[in-house]
Amino acid sequence: MGITAGEAVMARDRLPSGPPELHVLAVDDSHVDRKVIERLLKISSCRVTAVESGSRALQYLGLDGERASVGFDGLKVNLIMTDYSMPGMTGYELLKKIKESSALREIPVVIMSSENILTRIDRCLEEGAEDFLLKPVKLADVKRLKDSVLREQGEEHKERRSRKRKLQDEYIPASPCDLSLTPTPCPSPPSLQPPSKRHRLLNVD
Amino acid sequence: MEVGQLQRQFVEHTASMFHEGFLDGQFSQLQQLQDESNPDFVVEVVSLFFQDSERLLNELTRALDQKCVDFKKVDAHVHQLKGSSSSIGAQRVKNSCFNFRNFCEEQNTEACFRCLQLVKQEYLLVKNKLETLFRLEQQILAAGGSIPMME
Repeated sequence: MGITAGEAVMARDRLPSGPPELHVLAVDDSHVDRKVIERLLKISSCRVTAVESGSRALQYLGLDGERASVGFDGLKVNLIMTDYSMPGMTGYELLKKIKESSALREIPVVIMSSENILTRIDRCLEEGAEDFLLKPVKLADVKRLKDSVLREQGEEHKERRSRKRKLQDEYIPASPCDLSLTPTPCPSPPSLQPPSKRHRLLNVD
Repeated sequence: MEVGQLQRQFVEHTASMFHEGFLDGQFSQLQQLQDESNPDFVVEVVSLFFQDSERLLNELTRALDQKCVDFKKVDAHVHQLKGSSSSIGAQRVKNSCFNFRNFCEEQNTEACFRCLQLVKQEYLLVKNKLETLFRLEQQILAAGGSIPMME
């Protein structure tokens, strides 16, 4: 029995395209869900660290007060995906702690939940969550998320490089007859807020 | 038994599990995540589900046996069971958890107890059928055949 065209596309999409592009920290108290999210992320060419609780996550990120935030294991985390309902610290509480930390607030945090509760979704987005995914999480969700995070990273990187170049221009001493090297004002930073998150979320089948 | 027969049995068994609602689309999703680099993925996830479920069912039995039932605890366990069954596509187990949670909210011990029996029943059914499925897979591979892809 040969594979269908659909399956061939799946197989092709699944070949790792190169070294892992994102390091994702996955937080979930369910052993089953940790295993599944780990697989979804690996297939999407992400490096994964999976932990079972919010406090373990904070420990890993160096926020547990016992260690400095630099040098936990040298592997910078590019994205955090956390379950909402966990014993001890909920995903929402973890989100708040991360956004309150100057060292970590730039890391996008995604909340996952099996319950489609609008007030819950709103509260998480208001607190700065990048996205809210309904469980069970699908491969398409992970791919979309990865693309969105990489795009934002790319924009940030470009913005930083262009700002650096502007600064260098300003420091070149202008010769008396060269009037073209007037410093130009910094462009406003690109908007990192994806438009109408709620609209996109409600389009979930 | 020759490979062709085993493969036919496999196809029929899988199809019936879906038709009878024991499994839903999430199980197919898991099968698609399995490949040569991870050939035992589905078995591994399902084994975790079995372990988790048995622990939770024991906890639930214990919790409902108390003189003074802690319904918050019972609800938390059912929520976990609902979550993990949903994650592997064990649809009937998942569905049997919905009413259970409602009765927890109503703090109705009798009804909760009946729900627990139902969930246990559904769990044992799907466990049995999944074990048969995995056994057929092993037999096909041992006989030198390949596992048929399901549409």
